[in-house]
Amino acid sequence: MTTVNLTSNYFELFELPVSYDVNLQDLSERFRRLQSIVHPDNFANKGDAERRLSVQQSALINEAYQTLRGPLSRAIYMLGLAGCDVLHDTATSMDQGFLMQQMELRESLAAISSAADPVGELLDFNKGLDQLLTQVLEQLRPLMKSLGSLQEQLQHSKDLVKRLQFISKLQQESRELEEQLL
Amino acid sequence: MALIQISEPGQSTAPHQHRLAVGIDLGTTNSLVATVRSGLAETIADAQGMHLLPSVVRYKDNGSCDVGSEARAAMIEDPQNTILSVKRIMGRGYDDVMADAAKIAEYVKTESAVPKIRTAAGDKSAVEVSADILAHLRGRAEQALGGELTGCVITVPAYFDDAQRQATKDAATLAGLHVFRLLNEPTAAAVAYGLDQQAEGVHVIYDLGGGTFDVSILRLHRGVFEVMSTAGDTALGGDDMDKLIMDWMVSRAAVQIDVSTQESATFKRALRHEACRVKEQLSQAEQVPIQLNLPGGIQWSERLTREEFNRLIDPVVKRTLLSCRRALRDAGIEVHEVQDVVMVGGSTRVPYVRSQVGEFFECEPLVDLDPDKVVALGAAIQADILAGNKPDDQLLLLDVIPLSLGIETMGGLTEKVIQRNTTIPVSKAQDFTTFKDGQTAMSIHVVQGERELVSDCRSLAKFELRGIPPMVAGAARIRVTFQVDADGLLSVSAREQTQGIESNVQVKPSYGLTDTEIETMLREAMAHASEDVAARNLNEQRVEAQRVLEALVQALKEDGEQLLSPQEIEQLQHGMDNLQQLLNRSENHREIKQAVDQLNNDSVEFAARRMDAGIKKAMAGHKVGDFE
Repeated sequence: MTTVNLTSNYFELFELPVSYDVNLQDLSERFRRLQSIVHPDNFANKGDAERRLSVQQSALINEAYQTLRGPLSRAIYMLGLAGCDVLHDTATSMDQGFLMQQMELRESLAAISSAADPVGELLDFNKGLDQLLTQVLEQLRPLMKSLGSLQEQLQHSKDLVKRLQFISKLQQESRELEEQLL
Repeated sequence: MALIQISEPGQSTAPHQHRLAVGIDLGTTNSLVATVRSGLAETIADAQGMHLLPSVVRYKDNGSCDVGSEARAAMIEDPQNTILSVKRIMGRGYDDVMADAAKIAEYVKTESAVPKIRTAAGDKSAVEVSADILAHLRGRAEQALGGELTGCVITVPAYFDDAQRQATKDAATLAGLHVFRLLNEPTAAAVAYGLDQQAEGVHVIYDLGGGTFDVSILRLHRGVFEVMSTAGDTALGGDDMDKLIMDWMVSRAAVQIDVSTQESATFKRALRHEACRVKEQLSQAEQVPIQLNLPGGIQWSERLTREEFNRLIDPVVKRTLLSCRRALRDAGIEVHEVQDVVMVGGSTRVPYVRSQVGEFFECEPLVDLDPDKVVALGAAIQADILAGNKPDDQLLLLDVIPLSLGIETMGGLTEKVIQRNTTIPVSKAQDFTTFKDGQTAMSIHVVQGERELVSDCRSLAKFELRGIPPMVAGAARIRVTFQVDADGLLSVSAREQTQGIESNVQVKPSYGLTDTEIETMLREAMAHASEDVAARNLNEQRVEAQRVLEALVQALKEDGEQLLSPQEIEQLQHGMDNLQQLLNRSENHREIKQAVDQLNNDSVEFAARRMDAGIKKAMAGHKVGDFE
C-alpha cells in the first residue's frame, strides 16, 4: 500500500507539491477523481474486507480534501508537517494588541442580540471579521511559501495561525447567533 | 490466463449477467418500488396496476396483516389495529414519540428502548411495521421481475439521524432484503433528474413529503453529485397540514373530542380522512365543501377556501423556508447562484408551497417528474449501478452527514467530533485520558445534534471502554475513532495508545433495537411466514460466498498477473477452491461464513494493491493544473 498509506501526507495523496498555494479547482478535480476510484459505492458487490478498506480510504481522502481546501486548516496542517503542533500548543504568547482587539470583538458580538437592529449589526460585524481574516491571511501567505526550519519564521507563522483560529472561532459564534436570530 | 475456472456447470458466474435490483422509497404516506428495465427506470405496479402502496399496515388477530389500500380502507372501522405514518416514529424513543403532536397511535412502554404499538397481532415496533411494508414491496418486485432480488437501495430523508437510519436498515434485514445502500431522498431525486438532463451547476432539492421535510443543495459536475449541505425536519410534512385543517374543523364545528372513547377514535380517523381530502382538492379548486358526521349523529357542513388554507399552513411553509436558508448558508451559496429548484414529495403539489418556494429561490420550481415517483426512480438507477449492471457508467454520489456527532463532556456539555455537512464516509479520532489513578474503564456517551447541552441533543449510544491498563491519572491515551460510512451509519472503535491494547467497545443504542431483539423479531417473523431460519441463514451465506468468489475471479482476471506473485495467486486460488468445495458440500452457514471471512482477509492485500493501481492510473501523467 503506497498511495493511500495512512501516513502519507495529504499533498502526496493528491500528487501535489507541498505548497500553500493550492488551486482549488484543480484540487477538487483531483478529489473527485480519487473518490471515483475508492468510494464505497464501487465496492457494493465486493467482499467485506474490500468494503471496509474502501470506507477507510474514502474517509481519508475526504479528510485530506477538507484539510487542504480551507486556508486555516491547510496552514495548520503544513505547520504540523514542519514539526509545529498548533492545536496542542498551550504555551501561547499572543500579541497584547491582538488580544485586546479580540476582547473588543467578543464584547460587540455579545451586545448584538440586544441591539435595535440585530440582523443589520451582525452583518456589519461579519464584514469586519472577513476583512480581518483577509488581512491576516495576506500576512501569512508569504511566510508559508518558504516555510523552512527557521525557528523565528515558524514562530511567526504559528502566531498568525493562532490569530486565524481566534477569528474562525468568532465566525462560528457569529453563525450560531445568526441561527438564533433567524 | 485461463487458469481460473471455479463455476460448476449450471452455476453461471458470467460477469454481465443482469442482477435484479430495486430502489425502494419507503415513504410516510406511500411507498414505491422501482427498477431499471431495458435501460429505463420505472416504478413497479401491483396486480391491479397501482404504483403507490399506501404505507398502511393492518394487523389481524390471527397474526397476519394487510398492507396498502386494503389496510387503509379499514382505517376508520378498525383504527386500533391499523397503523399509518409509521415512518414518523422510526428510530425514536418512547418519550420522544409521546411529545409528537401528530401522534400516530397509542404507544405502550415495554422493556425495549423503542415504543411499541399494541395490535391484535401483538405489540409492534416501528421497525416491524416498516418491515411488513418492505416485505410486501419485495414480494411485488420479485413477482414482477421473476426472480430473487440481489439487493436494493432504500431511500431515507437526508435529515434522518443515525438511529432512524439504523432502524430503516434493521427493517430491511427483517424483510429479508440485502441493502446496497441507504440513499438520501433528495440525492435520489437529483439522480433521477440529473441523468435525464445532464445539468451542471448548483441545484436545490426541496422535498416535502407526508411527514418529513428535507432540503439539499447539490453541485453537479461531470457525473459527480456532491451534496454541499442539507437541512430539514424529520417530523414536518403533509400530516401537519392535515392536523391544522383538523384543528380548524374542530374549532369551527365546536365539538369536544374525548380521546378515550372508541367513538372519538373513529371520529378522529374520519376527521383526518376528510382533512386530507380537502387539502388534496384545494390544489385544484379555489374552495372545497366539507361534510362531516359529528359525534352524536349531527350532520355538519362548511367550506374551506384556498386563501384560508394558505393562512393555516403558512407556519409549516415558513418552517421549511428557514431550513432552506440554513442549507444555503452552510453550503456558502447565495440565492442567485442556484440554477434550479426540484420539487419532490406529494406535499409540493400544494400551490402555496410552490409559490412560496419559487419566491424564496427567485425561480420557477421544476415539477417535470411526478413528485411521488422521482425518489424511487433515482434509487432504482443507483441500485442498478451498485448491482454491477452498468460497469461503464460513472456515477458518484458524495453525500454529507446531516447532523453533527459529538460526545458528552464534563457538565453535560457536547463536544462535537464530526461537524454537520461533512462529506461521508468520514473518520475522526479523539483522544481521551483517565480521570483517576488506576482507572481501568470509562464510559462514553455519543450524541447527535447541534445544541450545546447534551440533554438537547439526540442520544445515540452509550458505551464502555474496559481493560485500560492501570496507570496514574492522565497517563493513559485512549484513542476513540468514530467512523460514519456511506449510509450515514456510525461505528466506534477504541485503542489504548501507550500499550496498544484494543479496548472492548460495547455500544448500547439509546433508542434502537438491540441485536437480540432483532434476532427474536426475525425468528418470529419467519415462524409466522413458516420460513426456516436455518435455511435463510444458509442461503444468505451462500449468496455472500458467491459474491466474494465472483468478485475475486474478476479481480484476478484483470490484475492478478500484474499485481501478485505466482505464489500469491496460488494461495488465493487455494482459498477459493476451499470455499467452492465447502459450498458444494456444507449445509452449515457458520462454517461457510468462516471460510468467507478467511478468504476476505487473505485478499485484503490484493484489494489494497488494486486500489492503489487504480489511483495511480487515474492520476497518472497529470501535472499540477492539468485538471483546471
